[in-house]
Amino acid sequence: MDFLSIINSAASEILSPTTAAFALATIGLNIHFGYSGLLNFGQAGFMAIGAYAFAIFTMMVDPTATLGWPVWLSFIAAVLVAVVAAVIFALILGIPTLRLRGDYLAIVTIAAAEIIRFSVRTQDLTAITGGSQGLRGADYKGDFDAMNPLTGTTYGFGPWTATAYDTWVRIVAWSLVIVALVLVWLLMRSPWGRVIKGIREDEDAVRSLGKNVYGYKMQALVLGGVLGAVAGVMFVLPRAVQPDNFATTMTFYIWTALLLGGAATVFGPLLGSILFWVLLSFTGGVINLLHGMGVFGDMSGSQAGQIRFVLIGIALMVLVIFRPQGILGNKKELSFNV
Amino acid sequence: MSDTTTPPTTHPLVDGEVGPGCKKVDPIVVADGVVRQFGGLTAVDVEHVEIPRGMITALIGPNGAGKTTFFNLLTGFDRPNKGSWSFDGQSLAHVPSHKVARRGMVRTFQLTKSLGRLTVLQNMLLGARDQRGEGIFAALLKPLWAKQEQANTERADALLERFKLDAKREDYAASLSGGQRKLLEMARALMSEPSLVMLDEPMAGVNPALTQSLLDHVKGLKAEGMTVLFVEHDMHMVRHISDWVIVMAEGKVVAEGPPETIMQDQAVVDAYLGAHHDTDLGTLTNQQVAQIHEDAEEEVPVDPEASDTAGSGTETSTGGATRVTTDDEEGQR
Repeated sequence: MDFLSIINSAASEILSPTTAAFALATIGLNIHFGYSGLLNFGQAGFMAIGAYAFAIFTMMVDPTATLGWPVWLSFIAAVLVAVVAAVIFALILGIPTLRLRGDYLAIVTIAAAEIIRFSVRTQDLTAITGGSQGLRGADYKGDFDAMNPLTGTTYGFGPWTATAYDTWVRIVAWSLVIVALVLVWLLMRSPWGRVIKGIREDEDAVRSLGKNVYGYKMQALVLGGVLGAVAGVMFVLPRAVQPDNFATTMTFYIWTALLLGGAATVFGPLLGSILFWVLLSFTGGVINLLHGMGVFGDMSGSQAGQIRFVLIGIALMVLVIFRPQGILGNKKELSFNV
Repeated sequence: MSDTTTPPTTHPLVDGEVGPGCKKVDPIVVADGVVRQFGGLTAVDVEHVEIPRGMITALIGPNGAGKTTFFNLLTGFDRPNKGSWSFDGQSLAHVPSHKVARRGMVRTFQLTKSLGRLTVLQNMLLGARDQRGEGIFAALLKPLWAKQEQANTERADALLERFKLDAKREDYAASLSGGQRKLLEMARALMSEPSLVMLDEPMAGVNPALTQSLLDHVKGLKAEGMTVLFVEHDMHMVRHISDWVIVMAEGKVVAEGPPETIMQDQAVVDAYLGAHHDTDLGTLTNQQVAQIHEDAEEEVPVDPEASDTAGSGTETSTGGATRVTTDDEEGQR
């Protein structure tokens, strides 16, 4: 693996559907943490809810085959099911915790995300969720593939070459990212966004001005969670549904991307997600290259591969210490100070 | 002099005889049997109290008297164990705090709660009531709320000018000084066009120059027809601006009366003035207050004895008498 191919694969991450899915999840987390001050440590749980709800609905109900619905309607119905599932999940998390101090939501979300992951892994549910094996991509991609207007074999150029299906996923996923960014921009310039940011600063002050703080926090939790669920759908479209993809590691990837780009900014989550995946791919490639040259001695390839996560951890620490507002953040709006 | 030695038994604001829990001619807030216990401690146990409409009422009392807790109970920030209270004739029991605020009963906090990472203008706009753009769906369509926002911004600018914060309009509230934050909090509360403004220690930690301006603003609220209820420790301020004084101690309302005579009430002297009851806190200049604090620090070595005598009944009664003579000076001013 030469250096050029490392650059090549790092560059390909810029437009990859995974990056788009992460950007969506990070935009959702930005609504939670960046704007509303909600400590959600379970964004991976929202993604899992979305991914499983989408895949299970498509496989079990399959309206295209059973009801003769057009493929686009089935797809939209499946996405809506994912959204509704995320709304219910957000309500379950929010109703008991949003009246309490922020820490409680953090504890509940991190636990709930793990409960989701362990529940879908359960052997007894294998018939529905596929257990620890997860669900095969081919079982739920049919509708989406049938909607694909692209008929050629490959599209794009250089590092951004992809098959017709992959290109279709990219188009849809990145379009959704743009829609989400516009949504956040519209909301955060409005009086609604002002209330949300006020709640981030001091709930009691906003309450004393006659705003229903609980309701606003719930709206923010639901909205960010729905974006997380849509991110989950986009995340599984190019691959299979694997329960262990939705572990806490993913939540912390999303947090890293958010803090890297800058919380409480519109484009921070986008920039953060792209940079995160480019850097992850790049460091992975470099470490692989160095391992090939025997720099790490007796370490096996997979052991050496873990070094990049050490690097990511160090990078996050350096970021928090030296640029706590992230790349796009406003120096005056220190975002760790919540 | 003989007028001031005995507190009056009647007053134009009062329906009947003056005393703790007396009925007012036109009350805006009426509280009945409000009790709040924290475990074994009864923080608030108010039998009956009425706040006169359109007046500036001071709520005073020593630390731990339950003033702030009573504030929290009235505004829905805390739930009492029992009791009922009403605002403008409507019961407020079990009404959540944000709905209390919407009915026109707006409060500020002892520890100022300015929203640091919002600009001063955004802080102000947050105070406006019934904003269409605060609904999540309407927020997406600017034409729905742009006009209202424009009107609110004009109102906010006018208030900022009045509170001399217009130069800070675009600054983050976190960059304001402590006193400016107090002003901002008061101005923000006014954005909601309240009928009752409740100020929890508005002058705490504010320098004397700004205090004067804050006092003028409080008087300005009354001039605009609002009712003001405020918690304060400085008797000079209380005397200067309030029309009525309610004294709390150990959770109970122990005395009520006009500010000119309230300090002669034996219950107030006992409960409130403590060790320094023999000095008139009502007519002191700031230098004199500083002098008293200095003296107090020097007294510390003999404190055990001093506090013993201060606790006895004879000492406090002479204290009341001393106050009367100094009160005469007040009359001369």
